[in-house]
Amino acid sequence: MGTLIEEIFSRRAGRTVQAGEIVLLDVDTIMSHDNTTPLAIKAFREIGKPLRDPSRIVIHFDHAYPAPNLLAAENQQKIVRFIREQGIPNFYHRGVCHQVMIEEGFVRPGGIVIGADSHTVTYGALGCFSTGLGSSEIGAAWVTGKTWFKTPPTIHVVLEGRAQPGVFSKDVMLHLAGQLGMDGATYRSLEFSGPYIDSLPVHERLVFSNMSVEVGAKCGLIAADDTTIAYLEQETRAVGPFERIAVHNPQYEREIHLDVSQLGPQVACHPDVDQVRSLESVQGLALDQVYIGTCTNGRYEDLVVAANILRGRQVHRFTRTLITPASQTIYEKALANGLIQVFLDAGCTVNAPGCGACIGRHGGVLAAGERALTTMNRNFIGRMGSPEAEIFLGSPAAAAASALEGCIADPRKYL
Amino acid sequence: MARAWKFEDNLNTDEIIPARFNITIDEKELGGKAFCEVRPDYAAGVQPGDVVVAGWNFGCASSREHAPLAIRGSGAICVIAASFARIFFRNAINIGLPILESPEASAGIAEGDEVSVDLGAGIITNLTRGTQYQARPLPDFVLRIAAAGGLVKFLREHDMEELTA
Repeated sequence: MGTLIEEIFSRRAGRTVQAGEIVLLDVDTIMSHDNTTPLAIKAFREIGKPLRDPSRIVIHFDHAYPAPNLLAAENQQKIVRFIREQGIPNFYHRGVCHQVMIEEGFVRPGGIVIGADSHTVTYGALGCFSTGLGSSEIGAAWVTGKTWFKTPPTIHVVLEGRAQPGVFSKDVMLHLAGQLGMDGATYRSLEFSGPYIDSLPVHERLVFSNMSVEVGAKCGLIAADDTTIAYLEQETRAVGPFERIAVHNPQYEREIHLDVSQLGPQVACHPDVDQVRSLESVQGLALDQVYIGTCTNGRYEDLVVAANILRGRQVHRFTRTLITPASQTIYEKALANGLIQVFLDAGCTVNAPGCGACIGRHGGVLAAGERALTTMNRNFIGRMGSPEAEIFLGSPAAAAASALEGCIADPRKYL
Repeated sequence: MARAWKFEDNLNTDEIIPARFNITIDEKELGGKAFCEVRPDYAAGVQPGDVVVAGWNFGCASSREHAPLAIRGSGAICVIAASFARIFFRNAINIGLPILESPEASAGIAEGDEVSVDLGAGIITNLTRGTQYQARPLPDFVLRIAAAGGLVKFLREHDMEELTA
């Protein structure tokens, strides 16, 4: 009996768990990537005990892949040696870890996944408890198969209404981030529900879970429904039967109600995710770069939205426009269905799947004084290169429209 | 004498150590870049034993353990904040960087104040202003990790189950 997080934890613990309780739980999968695995290996070596179960470990290369410099290359070489030495079967370099985790079937309703990356919260949209931890805890979980959690209280976000054309889940989530603020849900579980969520396909639901961490949340959960199960069966390698865990007389810390039908396109302004304004209020700001991709908005359907706006048009000659499919699978589908040709014809640069420009290490670094509009989840100072560059966040539609005009532009006129 | 280096609310992990420097796990090297964009004078000026003092939600955003490592590598002995973001809180405890949560101390300590800290008792003294603060107590199992010097050291001697026993 409880909130979604209490229900998931209670099943795993084999007893009733309530908010505030500290629990030690078995985890299904332990994820890390090229940026965070080296410190996990160091922790593992220092603990000096064997891996509990190599099959539950998943390691991705995505943050700087293929390696853009010697240090990154040497880091990845060390990780590969470790993977071979320890016989770890799950090693991927097929794109952004969070998308690949879902595609490869490591995410299922009621599951518990930890990852050495803050956006591990993304899997909450499939009813899976998932959260980001530091590398030492990942190394510890390799050895113990367990992690401690303090069961969080829940903020219930009820989304009602139908979004206007040109308004996507990204716009709604940015609006919520602006309302909640960057510490508005710290140590809390966010639980999203309501008619708007029910109506959304999974790729749009994932945005809410993905960005839960931007308001400090431990997780962002959506209960599994028919849409979830169909997605898992059709789009992933996960094998059923799948559990449907539902809330039972939940006690929420508070509830937030929002009617999304009143909302227009939103933009988070430099330099914080909660500096959110209507896109209209900042349109016309000149852009040096547009970036469409990432674990937030680099999915196939996001690319379709962008391609529909870019088809038969040219991006502004002084606005570098980068398209980075979140995974190889998405890249293949975009290629097969002609989207990549649309991007190339429009003058975009298509990058290899991965985190790409999002972390400022390769594939689209910003110079001092440059400004970008991206589909990322973070716009902190220095995130994409120079600390004197500015980053704005918006939907794939806003990004595509802005690429055409060379400045922040309203996507609704291109629909 | 410990000097306070004062930071604002919502200081994120990119501001503690930008992602582009996370290609090393050497904490001294990371420490040389700590806060380089928000406080370019920090790394050269910080003395061993100094104290980082911040506002609400310190260490929000990324899960990078490089953030608390960079602070420790810089020579600072602890972080005092009004509150901590959850992954940073866990990471600091896990690597053995002492953290003290006290909104009162955060508000009552200014840049450059002389501060002394009793880590065991959680007592923070502002010598410049003659004020004293008691940090919020940590849960027992967190203290067990902290007492061992971090999670890795704890697990060398103990099983995970002993944490919550």
